[in-house]
Amino acid sequence: MPDWLATSLITLLKAILVILGLLTGFAYMTLVERKLLGRFQLRPGPNRVGPLGLLQPVADAIKSIFKEDINVTMADKVVYTIAPIISVTFALLAFGGIPAGPAGSLFGENPWVYNLDAGLLVLLAMTSMGVYGIFLGGWASGSKYPMLGGLRSSAQMISYELGMGLSLLGVLMLVGSTRLQDIVGWQAGNGWLLLFQMLGFVLFLVSAFAETNRAPFDLPEAEQELVAGFLTEYSAIKWALYQMAEYISMFTASAMMVTLFFGGWKGPQFLNGLIPGISEWPIVWFIAKMAFFVFFFIWVKASILRIRYDQLMRFGWKLVLPLALINTVLTAFYIAYFKASWGLWPLVLGSLIGVGLLIYVSDAVRSLWNTPGIRRAEDLSPRAHTVTPANRQTLGGD
Amino acid sequence: MLLAALGIGVIAVVASALLGPKKASRAKLMPYESGNDPQHGGVGTGQRFPVHFYLVAMLFIVFDIETAFFYPLAVAYQKLLPFAFIEAFTFILLLLVGYFYVLKKKVLEWA
Repeated sequence: MPDWLATSLITLLKAILVILGLLTGFAYMTLVERKLLGRFQLRPGPNRVGPLGLLQPVADAIKSIFKEDINVTMADKVVYTIAPIISVTFALLAFGGIPAGPAGSLFGENPWVYNLDAGLLVLLAMTSMGVYGIFLGGWASGSKYPMLGGLRSSAQMISYELGMGLSLLGVLMLVGSTRLQDIVGWQAGNGWLLLFQMLGFVLFLVSAFAETNRAPFDLPEAEQELVAGFLTEYSAIKWALYQMAEYISMFTASAMMVTLFFGGWKGPQFLNGLIPGISEWPIVWFIAKMAFFVFFFIWVKASILRIRYDQLMRFGWKLVLPLALINTVLTAFYIAYFKASWGLWPLVLGSLIGVGLLIYVSDAVRSLWNTPGIRRAEDLSPRAHTVTPANRQTLGGD
Repeated sequence: MLLAALGIGVIAVVASALLGPKKASRAKLMPYESGNDPQHGGVGTGQRFPVHFYLVAMLFIVFDIETAFFYPLAVAYQKLLPFAFIEAFTFILLLLVGYFYVLKKKVLEWA
């Protein structure tokens, strides 16, 4: 067998393995999410199908594949069919570039499907391709709720993509490479990037929530206002493909956060004292860290209210974008003038102050950046909310 | 990877189209409108949507190009050092002028 054929066969095999892993992960993710949401709300969650509800995903999959596949009359047939495929394809594709261990650690092979020099850029490009699937699906349904859902969703995703891209510039400046392996290696030598880029991480986290349409930014799927957003006219497996894309992009976002900010597949060094070599168990650490983030996604969904659409856009454009720029400039300034004499560690203090400021600012600025024009007149007068005999009538009385 | 990922999507859609019952009726294929027949519900029927979405898309293109310019600079930053900071800062300042113009024009307000 020639060499190139063997290589490409192995790549194909790894790709299929990764995809099957992600599909299983997605199926059980739905179960885990429902179980955890149940636990958060003091109820058991699904526990009827199979022991502990473990066969629930299988039942769901069988049901959705045997359902009637409806093509709505108003739909643009071709685009309507292709859109979910685009969505799921690029969601799956993005995950293949993430390294889950050092070279050669997967039975002599490399634990990634493809590893490019511009790995980070490719990852960002793939995740942003999800916009096309969602918007085309919403448009092709030929109905107004999917159309509005798709529009909202695409505007939201492209807005937060900016924050996502800009919040990573500090990381790139420190590491000086876009290869994900190099970023992991840098963190093994210098400490997790989370420490040096805490503000960048928080902005990235927020953007990742918005980019994957997860709560509290799941407006495109706001059941109470838009039916089901771009999903309204979909049924059977096409609907399931969209759900799949959403969950897989959640996995990808978790994996990106692990790789970029949490030391990737390397475990903490001090545990080596307890069990020798434990910090070098590549895939175990990677999956453990990813699981934490996936849990975090669900935790947030269970606890935080959905925000309004204008608040969402204002938050993205007026807070995340400028703060990411400020973070970039300050990091650049530090590297340019102080790194040579003071080393990296003062950045930790700087990033802590940055996060503190973010928390303070996001609370204080909320009312400041409201547009006066769209407020009602009575909101502006300070006495409107105190009940006096004069305005008791207008407030409705008691 | 692309082949395998595309394959999964296509296989799933084809399988679902082959399996499953096929009993279409006029009411079932109607677009969703709480049980009414949406006479002017379709996209092709001249429904308009706010220009805000267009503006946001334009701004996204501008700022994403900015981001694209920053990536090579960030990667090579430590090698270009004494001068790179001034250059990057000038570029950001120029963009901030545009950003504040957009803010003052209230493009980013959703009423």
